[in-house]
Amino acid sequence: MIKLKIKYNFLLPALILISGAQISCAQDNRPGISENSPAIADDPKNYTVETVVEDLDNPWGMAFLPDGGLLITEKDGDIIYAKDGNKKTIAGVPEVVSRGQGGLLDIILHPNYSINGWLYITYSSSEGEGEGAHTAVMRAKFDGNSLTDQEVLYKATPNTRKGQHFGSRMAFDDKGYLYFSIGERGERDVNPQDITRDGGKIYRINDDGSIPEDNPFFNEADAKKAIYSYGHRNPQGMIFHPSYKEIWVNEHGPQGGDEINVVKKGANYGWPVISYGINYDNSILTEETSRPGMEQPLYYWVPSIAPCGFAVVPDEVYPDWEGNILVGSLKFQYLEMLTLEGKKVVKREKLLDGIGRLRNVVIGPDNHIYAGIQGKGIVKIIPNN
Amino acid sequence: MISYLGWTAYTFGDQDEALKASIKRGQEIYQEYCITCHMANGEGVEGTFPPLAKADYLLKNRTESIKAIKYGMSGEIKVNGKTYNNTMSNLGLYDDEVADVMNYVLNNWGNKSKKMVTEEEVKSIKEEKNS
Repeated sequence: MIKLKIKYNFLLPALILISGAQISCAQDNRPGISENSPAIADDPKNYTVETVVEDLDNPWGMAFLPDGGLLITEKDGDIIYAKDGNKKTIAGVPEVVSRGQGGLLDIILHPNYSINGWLYITYSSSEGEGEGAHTAVMRAKFDGNSLTDQEVLYKATPNTRKGQHFGSRMAFDDKGYLYFSIGERGERDVNPQDITRDGGKIYRINDDGSIPEDNPFFNEADAKKAIYSYGHRNPQGMIFHPSYKEIWVNEHGPQGGDEINVVKKGANYGWPVISYGINYDNSILTEETSRPGMEQPLYYWVPSIAPCGFAVVPDEVYPDWEGNILVGSLKFQYLEMLTLEGKKVVKREKLLDGIGRLRNVVIGPDNHIYAGIQGKGIVKIIPNN
Repeated sequence: MISYLGWTAYTFGDQDEALKASIKRGQEIYQEYCITCHMANGEGVEGTFPPLAKADYLLKNRTESIKAIKYGMSGEIKVNGKTYNNTMSNLGLYDDEVADVMNYVLNNWGNKSKKMVTEEEVKSIKEEKNS
């Protein structure tokens, strides 16, 4: 009897091993998928890199204060105030659940911060019913030592112990609306296509947390009123494009299929019904890469680069790079710069090649590029003259 | 071979059950926290993320491997003759979850381990911080 038991135990793993071995490399035979296109060019290295804040573990977000200091979120729950080579941890930061991809995440300032003092953070919060956590948005003020006047503006539900896909990037547009992303929390078949549920969405709220009455699903029964667009997987990059005046996001695909999306009111970005990626076990997750009524990405990456952070190169400082877009690559440890003609990507090149997991990229008030690097700190790109 | 395994199962029946249960829990943890980099068959991504399947580093560095899952790891390592230089984030797993996922990777894809990883073993492993 024991021998039988052992044979069964032997067989099953052997079967799994054999079936696994047959599919040892990514196989997506669906038509029309472009890989590494345009092919990414090597780092031109026509710049120097200055480390402006050292010894950070996972600098997820950063915001430049009018006094020249920098507020940096560390994923495991601290906000660091860095100025003139000094660093200190500030008080008054909410408790976060730092697990998997979650923790203390983004930080941005209100467009009129110097007048009203509001800053905004996103984080994984266990507040409310149920085990686990979900993404929360808080606004607060900073008195030099501590956050004060903390107000939770949004808390997604239900809590879940799953460790994936919190989204959590934020941006203001030029009309005072705050946009933020929440990923689908590892429930791709439940959350992103359902507007009565949180997760897999871009949201739009007013700066005080109230919900604009012209939000696309404001009058839909049972819909989450703060939703602005849906069908997303896990957007970890967001900008308000200064020329197009649109919210753009970048988001993680599964195995392949990372995307840049132009966010439109009420639009469906298709996850998981359409995707340029496949499952991590190489099985096909969907036959479709497009469907009427669902948005196509501005750009997609196959293979995945694991995009995080998003910025547009401004005028003046980098003459050859003006208008290019910047996307961090966690997986390949470089900053990707994409050149666009209109909304078509015509060139891609590596910057900061090999520097480390590229968690964030932000344009500073001095119009220079700043990047947050895991296991390192904050670096600044200074062009050669 | 079969009779040896039969003897082992007969003698350590309880541990076999505990190990099986741990491996099952470890598979779920793997699919949530590890699969995006190390991939479904432990093959990793060439040049970027090291494999776990038949990985000499994993099989010969039990403590270091547990430490990596428990605390994260970065810098250069050599696995099956190839050099990798990347960062593995601190995943925030509890000690029992670290044990479960270690048992899963140590007993899959051609890997085999006689000694089960326990929560106590994981607890006893401390992080060395480079100053």
